[in-house]
Amino acid sequence: MAKYITKRIIYLIITLFIIASVTFFLMKFLPGTPFSNEERLTIEQRELLNAKYGLDQPVPVQYMNYMVNIVKGDLGVSFQFENQPVMDLLMNRMGPSLQLGVQAMIIGTIIGVALGVLAAMFQNTWIDYGSTFLAILGKSIPSFVLAALLQYYIGVKLELLPVASWNSFSSSILPTIALACFPIATAARFMRTELIEVFGSDYITLAKAKGNSRGEVAVKHAIRNALIPLITVLGPMAVGLMTGSMVVEKVFAVPGIGEQFVKSIMTNDFPIIMGTTLFFAFLLTVIILIIDILYGIIDPRIRLNGGDK
Amino acid sequence: MKKSKYYLIIILALTMVMISACGSNDDDNEGSSDSGDDSSASGEQVLNMVETAEIPTGDPALATDAASFIVFGQTMEGLYVLDGDDQPVPAIADGDPEVSDDGLVYTFKLKEDAKWSNGDPVTAHDFVYAWQRALNPDTGSQYAYMFSGVIENATDIMNGEADVEELGAEAVDDNTLEVTLEQPVEYLNSLLAFGTYLPLNEDFVEEKGDSFGTNSDNMLANGPFVLTEWDGSGLTWTYAKNEEYYDMDNVSLDEVNVQVVKEPSTAVNLYETGEVDRTAALSSEYAKQYANHEDAATFEEGSSWYLKFNQERDGEETPLANENIRKALAMAFDKESFTEQVLANGSIPTDGYVPRGLAVNPETGEDFREESGDLIGYDLEQAKEYWETGLDELGVDELALDFLGDDTENAKRIGEYFKNQLETNLDGLTISLENVPFKNRLDRTTAQDYDIVMHGWGPDYLDPLTFLDLYVTDGANNQASISNEEYDQLIEDAKVTYANDPAKRWQAMLDAEKILVQEDTAIAPVYQRGRLTLIKPYVQGLEEHLFGPDYSLKNVTIEK
Repeated sequence: MAKYITKRIIYLIITLFIIASVTFFLMKFLPGTPFSNEERLTIEQRELLNAKYGLDQPVPVQYMNYMVNIVKGDLGVSFQFENQPVMDLLMNRMGPSLQLGVQAMIIGTIIGVALGVLAAMFQNTWIDYGSTFLAILGKSIPSFVLAALLQYYIGVKLELLPVASWNSFSSSILPTIALACFPIATAARFMRTELIEVFGSDYITLAKAKGNSRGEVAVKHAIRNALIPLITVLGPMAVGLMTGSMVVEKVFAVPGIGEQFVKSIMTNDFPIIMGTTLFFAFLLTVIILIIDILYGIIDPRIRLNGGDK
Repeated sequence: MKKSKYYLIIILALTMVMISACGSNDDDNEGSSDSGDDSSASGEQVLNMVETAEIPTGDPALATDAASFIVFGQTMEGLYVLDGDDQPVPAIADGDPEVSDDGLVYTFKLKEDAKWSNGDPVTAHDFVYAWQRALNPDTGSQYAYMFSGVIENATDIMNGEADVEELGAEAVDDNTLEVTLEQPVEYLNSLLAFGTYLPLNEDFVEEKGDSFGTNSDNMLANGPFVLTEWDGSGLTWTYAKNEEYYDMDNVSLDEVNVQVVKEPSTAVNLYETGEVDRTAALSSEYAKQYANHEDAATFEEGSSWYLKFNQERDGEETPLANENIRKALAMAFDKESFTEQVLANGSIPTDGYVPRGLAVNPETGEDFREESGDLIGYDLEQAKEYWETGLDELGVDELALDFLGDDTENAKRIGEYFKNQLETNLDGLTISLENVPFKNRLDRTTAQDYDIVMHGWGPDYLDPLTFLDLYVTDGANNQASISNEEYDQLIEDAKVTYANDPAKRWQAMLDAEKILVQEDTAIAPVYQRGRLTLIKPYVQGLEEHLFGPDYSLKNVTIEK
């Protein structure tokens, strides 16, 4: 196991290096400068500013400098937020996005799996149809519509929860629901399909023959095997949720990273673009690693290092 | 199996750490919001408001953004500030300065009781230091040019060709500041109220180094409020009354809570539920909906928007180099229905370039826009005549032109409107819309790779020159090969020859605008931007500005 993880960490570093390099060169194709007052700068001033930030050097030199700095752990400072270290900015902005992502993920998986299990156990009954209907709704309603509806009906009309802002747990509930819809729908659909397949297999028939009740069979024998494909899709989805949704963050005025990332691209804030991309990539690779380890736990037949000989 | 359980525990533990890390953030914030809620409930002087953007920086030398200048407008004062009518009035300066006969040397006495929020006095050194720092190329100020051509030697220092010590600003003693100008400048007072001209406490700034202005602990105030609870990039911050402010007795607000909301519908919802007392400017769709709301307040901003016609592309003359074609285009769209139907946010149609409310005749007090009058308006018949003449002169039957704009929803709707109007009204014209990201548009206008672009410009100081100066031959922001010798001469007159003769200077600027808009029609005026906000009737005394900070809160009272 240790050997396997070491190997994976080396891959992770290589992946990050490639992503950093590709992003860096792509980013240099962006038109314009990172200077917000670009339109009014004189030519001399623009040259002085470029020199100050090292933007006057050839791109390969800038690339080398950047890479050396990353290795030293220095992600640079932002242009939009003058002199603000990228690291501080990420730290400030990641918290709310992570929290929402994790909350949405937990709620989404629990409710989704429950719906899926119910649907599979009561296949072709109203429970099944009801849960499928909910899943389709959750998957097809765009999050901005859902977010706006939740805000209007629960925040403005019923005044049950805060309309927007980020200052207490209660203000995180509506955005979490808005975000959780998609994982609920995905988990429910995967769970149902897989369970129905597993229910048809021989060992389940055996378990039933031994006198186990339907619930026991599902919980003790079937769910675990049905989880594998679900976990495969949940990993990347978790990253998607944790890196922040621009729409949901905007609607609920959440100080997250999603909206900020888009803005950094629009304003050519090179250090933030790089820092955020690297961070997202890191998160994704780490989560994929965790999932691979989870496979082994859920299904001992899956061996991580090609089977112990 | 034991092994795998062990990993499961590790993963669970990691998840817990993540959640609890976020949880602790919550607790910090909770405390602050609670205090806000309590005080507003007891009917104290607390204002809750919405902004649309984060504060990019708390360093006045580096600020370029409306959001930053708004903060300085509440927390800092320069020699002058703008009053409720946008007139510069002495602030840290103790009355008006003594001016030498040639109009070049200004001697300011400073208020002796002006203090920084750490208790230090505000001295003449603070101004000298701040100005030198802004001009020093190492600082990287993008507004350093505001000193250029105004304060002696500023241009050379800004370009790294002279030492900062050579700047024409000197602290004679702690309370006396002597400023030497490059030439007499009529609008100096409004510059002195601008963010880049604010003083800075040298000891404080040097102590903070690179982290100066990166969060509210790394800032110092000398104005009515101090900024608090700003983490450097967050969506919330607070202003608290500055106990060291010299005019503290005239400040009623104890606390202002600001929440950044980028989604207009959310801002409106917060307003409707009474959680905020004022929205920021509403975008068109909401402005239209709320135009007749009893709490709606409109304000004419200082920015002027117009069509810019590129006369030279890829080294060749474009059809827009033809004066008749330009005139036809400028007269062939209905500005009134454009501002009412498409923008619908309090913007007003204009037939001139310099916006209303910017400057008044030094002798009669008449507004520049009023005096200059309507220079070119919507006139379909004349437009068609000019169009025919223009096509004949070019020897063609039809023309195809590009219309460059941003890729925002609003910009696209604007483009559609102009395409529709111009193509319907002028036979044989085809407009192709090109909607590109903002930075891309800037690149293409700089490279003159466009035919028509909707361009907006806001004032750097309160004088028509801040607009007219753009279109001198080869001006940095000309970007359309607009050139007229007579115009260049008039601008030179206004800048230099008549620098000390306000009446003649005024006339030169009037003449210049007439040439640019009416005679040459190098640009086609469209509208002066307005903003529509919602503000609760119990919020009294909020002053809006068309230059510098969008508003001032110093005189606000809550009368519930």
